[in-house]
Amino acid sequence: MADPNPLKPQCADALHEIYHLLSGELDDAARTKISQHLDECSPCAEPYDFYAELRRCIQQRCHDTAPPSLLERIQVAIQHEPH
Amino acid sequence: MEHMSSLYSAALRMTRNPADAEDLVQETYLKAYRGFGGFEEGTNLKAWLYRILTNSYINTYRAKQRRPDETDLDEVEDLYLYRRLGGLEAAQASRSAEDELMDLFTDAEVKTAIEELPENFRIAVLLADVEGFSYKEIAEIMDIPMGTVMSRLHRGRKALEKLLYDFAVSRRLTEPVPEPDLTS
Repeated sequence: MADPNPLKPQCADALHEIYHLLSGELDDAARTKISQHLDECSPCAEPYDFYAELRRCIQQRCHDTAPPSLLERIQVAIQHEPH
Repeated sequence: MEHMSSLYSAALRMTRNPADAEDLVQETYLKAYRGFGGFEEGTNLKAWLYRILTNSYINTYRAKQRRPDETDLDEVEDLYLYRRLGGLEAAQASRSAEDELMDLFTDAEVKTAIEELPENFRIAVLLADVEGFSYKEIAEIMDIPMGTVMSRLHRGRKALEKLLYDFAVSRRLTEPVPEPDLTS
């Protein structure tokens, strides 16, 4: 199947860095360059928004609450440690 | 105790078992307590606790839980999930713009998808994308070079996209998309 949305080379560069951009790992120059490109190119802005939301989804859906008994257990274990 | 629930969540993703996760968190706090003299004021306490957690997990549980080797990870193309689900949001216009993608996956699906990742990838993705550590912090926590962090994240994130997509298909949120023919 042919790709229905072929990308321009400058788009491919920007999209390749999406995860690094979202992780805050790009230096100022790279970040500025990609942000500028996203502002000017809606076909790239769309996947960027998608991955930004995916990142939020992954972060927010992975919380578990430690059982209260665990806190007690750890406090007891620490009390038994030699001081 | 600060960080306990987030350490417990991470321990659950690592061990995939509540009893082991509790033991791992307890071990982490005991080691932190014993080693607190070695903790330097002003350095990152959370990163230090995660370092102890990760090393304890690797040392204690790695031998117990043999998982598929990293060579078993399929390489998928950039934007794998977006190309399959990106259009789905627009098709479901009744949803609000904010929670479209959030609604696609349940807590259990996201947790399971992370837990399905082979260990080295799972830990890297967990630290970066759930806990929000920088690549440099992850290199220190896992005691591996930055380049290794980046390659594990690159492959782990793609594998996670594929696992999430499989959930979307199995819940019939979308029809399976034929694999793109990359040779054309």
